[in-house]
Amino acid sequence: MSAISREDVVHLAHLAHIEMSDAELDKMTGELDAIVGAIASVSEVAASDVPATSHPIPLTNVLREDTVGQTLSIEEVLLNAPDSDSDRFKVPAILDGE
Amino acid sequence: MNELIKLSATELAAKLRAGEVTSVEAVQAHLDRIAEVDGTLNAFLHVNAEEALAVAAEVDAIRAAGGAGAEALHPLAGVPIAIKDLIVTKGQPTTAASKMLEGWMSPYDATVIEKIRAAKLPMLGKTNLDEFAMGSSTEHSAYGVTRNPWDLNRIPGGSGGGSAAAVASFEAPLALGTDTGGSIRQPGAVTGTVGVKPTYGAVSRYGAIAMASSLDQIGPVSRTVLDSAYLQELIGGHDPKDSTSLPNALEGLVAAAESGAAGDLEGLRIGVIKELTGEGYQEGVQARFNESLELLKAAGAEIVEVSCPNFKYALGAYYLIMPSEVSSNLAKFDGVRYGKRVLPEDGPMTIERVMGATRAAGFGDEVKRRIILGTYALSAGYYDAYYGSAQKVRTLIQRDFAAAFEQADVLVSPTAPTVAFELGANDNDPLAMYLNDVATIPANLAGVPGITVPGGLSENLPVGIQFLAPAYEDARLYRAGAALEALLEKQWGHSLISQAPAIDTASIAQEA
Amino acid sequence: MSNYNDELVDFDEALDRYDPVLGFEVHVELNTKTKMFSDAPNAFGDEPNTNVTPVDLGLPGVLPVVNKTAVEYSILIGLALNCQIAEKCGFARKNYFYPDTPKNFQTSQYDDPIAHDGWLDIELEDGEVFRVEIERAHMEEDAGKLTHMGGAAGRIQGADYSLVDYNRAGVPLVEIVTKPIVGAGKRAPELARAYVAAIREIVKNLGVSDAKMERGNVRCDANVSLMPKDADKFGTRTETKNVNSLRAVEHAVRFEIERHAAVLDSGAKIVQETRHWHEDTRSTTSGRPKSDADDYRYFPEPDLVPIVTTAEWVEELRSRLPEPPAERRKRLKAEWGYADKEFRDVVNAGVLDEIEATVAAGASAAVARKWWMGEIARLAKAADKEIADLGVTPATIVELNSLIETKKINDKIARQVLEFVIAGEGTPSEVVEKRGLAVVNDDDALGKAVDDAMAAMPDVVEKIKGGKMQAIGALMGPVMKATRGQADAGRVREIVMEKLGL
Repeated sequence: MSAISREDVVHLAHLAHIEMSDAELDKMTGELDAIVGAIASVSEVAASDVPATSHPIPLTNVLREDTVGQTLSIEEVLLNAPDSDSDRFKVPAILDGE
Repeated sequence: MNELIKLSATELAAKLRAGEVTSVEAVQAHLDRIAEVDGTLNAFLHVNAEEALAVAAEVDAIRAAGGAGAEALHPLAGVPIAIKDLIVTKGQPTTAASKMLEGWMSPYDATVIEKIRAAKLPMLGKTNLDEFAMGSSTEHSAYGVTRNPWDLNRIPGGSGGGSAAAVASFEAPLALGTDTGGSIRQPGAVTGTVGVKPTYGAVSRYGAIAMASSLDQIGPVSRTVLDSAYLQELIGGHDPKDSTSLPNALEGLVAAAESGAAGDLEGLRIGVIKELTGEGYQEGVQARFNESLELLKAAGAEIVEVSCPNFKYALGAYYLIMPSEVSSNLAKFDGVRYGKRVLPEDGPMTIERVMGATRAAGFGDEVKRRIILGTYALSAGYYDAYYGSAQKVRTLIQRDFAAAFEQADVLVSPTAPTVAFELGANDNDPLAMYLNDVATIPANLAGVPGITVPGGLSENLPVGIQFLAPAYEDARLYRAGAALEALLEKQWGHSLISQAPAIDTASIAQEA
Repeated sequence: MSNYNDELVDFDEALDRYDPVLGFEVHVELNTKTKMFSDAPNAFGDEPNTNVTPVDLGLPGVLPVVNKTAVEYSILIGLALNCQIAEKCGFARKNYFYPDTPKNFQTSQYDDPIAHDGWLDIELEDGEVFRVEIERAHMEEDAGKLTHMGGAAGRIQGADYSLVDYNRAGVPLVEIVTKPIVGAGKRAPELARAYVAAIREIVKNLGVSDAKMERGNVRCDANVSLMPKDADKFGTRTETKNVNSLRAVEHAVRFEIERHAAVLDSGAKIVQETRHWHEDTRSTTSGRPKSDADDYRYFPEPDLVPIVTTAEWVEELRSRLPEPPAERRKRLKAEWGYADKEFRDVVNAGVLDEIEATVAAGASAAVARKWWMGEIARLAKAADKEIADLGVTPATIVELNSLIETKKINDKIARQVLEFVIAGEGTPSEVVEKRGLAVVNDDDALGKAVDDAMAAMPDVVEKIKGGKMQAIGALMGPVMKATRGQADAGRVREIVMEKLGL
C-alpha cells in the first residue's frame, strides 16, 4: 500500500468535516501512516474466495409492523438544540454568502 | 469502611430480602464511599444521589408492605448500580466522556436502563470512560483520567475504566460496561474484577452510544461471577428496537454460575489458544495463567491446545472495521440538533465550516485519529484493500473459532498481555495502546461471548483470565468462570479484591 | 454560477446533429403509516418536528428497525416494473454531511437493490410504444426539510440561515433508476414526461404512494447527454434535480438538449455536474460539480440485518398486484365507448378513477364524463384545486343525475346544487330541499307568473295569438325571473297555450 500523504489527510479531514491546523495535519499524517502500515497485513490473507462478514451473528428479516408509536414532544425535540426558531433547528447559511 | 459496601451484589440482595438492611442504607453507604474516594479515583462523571435514594426508598417501602408487591420484586431490587456514561439515561447527563456532549440530556432511556428501572436498581451515577469508548486506559476522557484503585499511578484499563474502578473500589457492587474490543474485559483484568462481553445481540444496544455497531455489546461489571450472571439475565433478552438483538433470551446463566462454583468441571474441555500466550505476554501474567490451568485440570477439566492461526490478523482487521464504523457513527455529532456548536474564528460562516469547527473542538485526538483512519479505510479506491479485506479476516477468525470449538467447550487465555500500565506510558504511541486488546478483540470480531475473572497478582497488580465460548453459549462462561473463581479463592483463602490496598486519598490532590 | 444566459440551439437543429441519451432517477415516497426505520408517523403537512422519535433526530444511541410494509411496497413496485426481486439484499450507509440528514449518512441500498433488471412499456400520445429498461429499484429514506431564510424567494443562494424540520426525515423512499435510454430522438422530452407519468400512475395504482408530484411524493432527477449522430460512445451527462412536475420534466429535458448542443457546437465540453431546474425561468443552473468530493464511503449498514425474500412471499405479493394501468386504460376505453380524444382528455385530467367509480355507482359513462370533465373540472380550476380534492363523490353525481332525469331540477339548477354540495351543505337532495331549488311546476304559482308576464307584454301575447309560437320564448324570461329560474319550461309553454285557448 502506498504511504499516506499530507494531501490525503487534508482530503480525509474535509470528508470527515474536521478542521485541522497545519500542525495537526502533519502529526496525523505521520500517525496514520504508521497505523496503516501496521494493519495493512489484513490484505495478505483476504483471498478472493473468502466471503466478507459484516454482521457477526447471521440474522435475517428483522422487520417491524407498520404501526405508529410514541413521538417526542416538541420540548424534547428542541431540548438540546444549539439554536432554534419557530420549532425548527436553526443553522447558519449553507452556501457562502459571497 | 462501611462493611455493607464489601458485600457482593448477591449477598447484599439476600440481606435486603431478609430485612437485615435497607436499600436506603446500602445506597447511602455507597454514596459515602464515592464521596470519600472518588475525588481521587474520578470513576464517576455524575453522581445521581437523589434519584438513587428515592428508588431505594421505594424498594424499601414495597418490602416493608410485604405481600405480592414484595414477592414480585426482582432479586436485585434495591442493589445499587453504576452506569458507564456511554449509555443514555433520562434525568442524568450523558457525555460519552466527550466535550461534544457536555450537558446533553437524553430525552429517552436506553433499553438496558428501562430494564434496570423496572427492576428497581438504584442508579448511583455515570462512570468515566475513554471518549466515546475509544481507548484502553480511560486516559482519553475529556473529563480527566480515572485511576486504578490498586495503584493510583496506573490506568484502570479502558474504555470502561470508570465502571471497573468503581466496582473494584467498592463504590458500587455492580456496573454496566460496553465492550467493542475489550472495554469491559481488559479493565476487569487490570482492576481485579469480573466483566462479561455477552454474545453479540444478547443484550440490546439501543441507547448505547455507538462506537462500532457490529462490535459493540453492553455487559455486566461486578466483583463476582455470580453477580455478573444475575446482571446479564436482567439486562439481556430480545429488544424490538435493536434489529441485531437475538430473538430469544439466553437462559440459565445464574444456574451455570452456581453449578460452576460448586465445582462442576467434570468433562469440560478447555482449549488453550496457542496464539494468545507466550511472546508479548508478561512473565507474571503468563505464570498466573499457567497456575489457573493447573487448578482447572486438577479439578477435572480437560485441557487441550487449540490453534487460531488467523488471530494474528485480528488486530489489523479490528483497527480497520472499528474506525470505519466510528467514522460513520460519529458523523451525527455536528452541532445542528444537539451537543456542542463552535463557530469558526474567521472566514465565511457556513454550516459546513461550523460543523468542521465544532468537530475540531468537540472531539479529542484519539477520536479524530479513528475518524480519519476510518474515513480512509472506506474511501474510494481503498475499500477493497482495507475494509473489504478486514471483513474477510472476520470470516477467517469465525472459522478459527468454529474449528477450536470442535475441540473445546470453552477457550482460555490471559485477558490482557500485561498488568495495568502507568498513566501516560503510551501517550505518544497509539499503536502500543492498541496492543492491549490483542486477546479480547477476536471475540468481538466473531460475536462470541467472553468473561474475565481475577487470576491473581503480578507485581501486586491484578491479572485477568479470559474464557471464551461459542455464540449463544454464555452459560459456559459462567460455569467455567465461577469454577475458576471458586478454586482460586479456596486456594488463597480469600477473594482477590479483598487484597486491594486502601485508597490513599491524600496522595492524589482532588482534581477539578 | 448563473447560467441564465446559456446559449441554446434550436431543438430541431440540435436533434439533426445529436442523439440524446436519457436516464431517470425517480424517487417515490411510500405512503406507509410510519417511517422507513422508525415508528414515527409518515404524514404530510404537520407542525414542524412533531413527527419525530429519537431515531429520526439521530440522537446518540438510537438504532433503526425496518418497516415491513415499506419492504413489501418496494417489492410491489419492483414487480410492477417487471423487475427481478433480490433473493437477499441489505442496507448500506451513504456517508455525506448535510443538515437535513440527521445522522449525516443516508441509510440506503448500494450493490444489492431489492429489485433489478426490469422494464416498462411507455405509450406516447400517438400510440407509439417505447420500452424503457429499469436498472434497479432500491429502498432508502428521505431527508428533512430545509427552509432558507433571509434570501430571495426562499432560495438557498443568498440565504442568511436555514431552518430544519425533520418530519420528513426517514420517510420511506423507493428510488427507481433506468438504464440509459437511447433512440428517443426528437421524442425525448415527450418520452421523459410520459415515463414519469407512467411511474406516477403505477405507484398510485398500486396504492403504495400518494403520488402527488406537487408534494414531492414523486420526484425526478433527469440525466441528459448528447452524442454526435455518428458516435458510438455516450457523451458527458448532466443530472437535473428538482424537476417536480410532468411539464417540468419535459421542459428540463428539452432545455438541456438545447444547451448541451450549444456547448458541444462551440467545441467546449459538457461538465459532468448536477443542475437545478427553475420553473420560473424554465432553465437549469449549475449546481455543484461532481468530483472526488462525492466519495460516499458506502459500507454495509451494521445496525440492520439482510432481507431474504422467499418465493412464497414474492408470489403472495404478486397476487396482490392490481391490473396494470395501461391494460386498464385499454379496457375502460372499450367499455365506455369514448372517442380517442375524449378518452385522452379524461386520462390527462386524471379523472379515470372518478369516472370508473361513478359508472360503478350507476351513472352512464357519458353522464360521468359530462360531469367530471365539465362542471367539476371548471370548479376545480376556479378553486385552484385538484379535481380529486374537491370532495365530489360518485354518489353525488349519480344523485344529481337522477334529480335531472326525474325533472326535479334542471341542468342549470343542478350545477348550482353541485356548488352547494361542495360547500358542505349536504347531499344534492338535501340541498334542493333546504334551498327550495326544486323545479316549480306548481300550476298556481306558474299560472300567476305567466299572467304577470302576459300582462306586462301585451304585444308578445298578440304575436302568439297570431300564430308566432316562438314568441312564447319572450315570456320565458320574466317567468323564470319570477320563479328564480326554477320553472319547468315545458309546463310554462303549456300554461300559456291553455290560457290563450290555443
